[in-house]
Amino acid sequence: MIIGRILGTVVSTQKDERLLGKKLLIVKPINLDGTDQSGYVVAVDTVGAGYHERVIVVGGSSARMAEGNKDCPVDSAIIGVIDSFEFIS
Amino acid sequence: MQIARVIGTVVSTVKNESLHGRKFLLVQTLNADLKAKGSPMIALDSVGAGVGELVFWCRGKEASFPFKRDQTPTDCTIVGIIDSDSHVFNPSN
Repeated sequence: MIIGRILGTVVSTQKDERLLGKKLLIVKPINLDGTDQSGYVVAVDTVGAGYHERVIVVGGSSARMAEGNKDCPVDSAIIGVIDSFEFIS
Repeated sequence: MQIARVIGTVVSTVKNESLHGRKFLLVQTLNADLKAKGSPMIALDSVGAGVGELVFWCRGKEASFPFKRDQTPTDCTIVGIIDSDSHVFNPSN
């Protein structure tokens, strides 16, 4: 899983019907010191993350194991909002 | 699976239901000479690893197998603790 911060949202009315009712957020992966990494993902939010919050994003087929994502065309899901993290450099 | 060093912990109270009671650890993947490789990532702990320990993780769909299979959204799980740094036998160095 990666640490990311919420960049923005995606609104799509014309989409696969299994994505109906799912919140799509744009997540920017970040380093441990908070600086941005390259790239972004559009992730399905399963925990109600908000702007600028730091989140845990799971990728690949494991994203389908998040609540409500069974049999959905999803390869990236937000599974947790980060309160804090510590690390030894 | 690859070798990694546990370098930190992540606290998340608002999270997916099936992750309650699980521990998130920050891991830095290492190459066979135990040098850092790639950027750190978050792994779910299934064996009680602690910060500073040498572990190995399992990625992909199989990462959920130590838990409730196909209901635990993890793509990286620590599945083993290496006894010590010297228990990585690498004849090339």
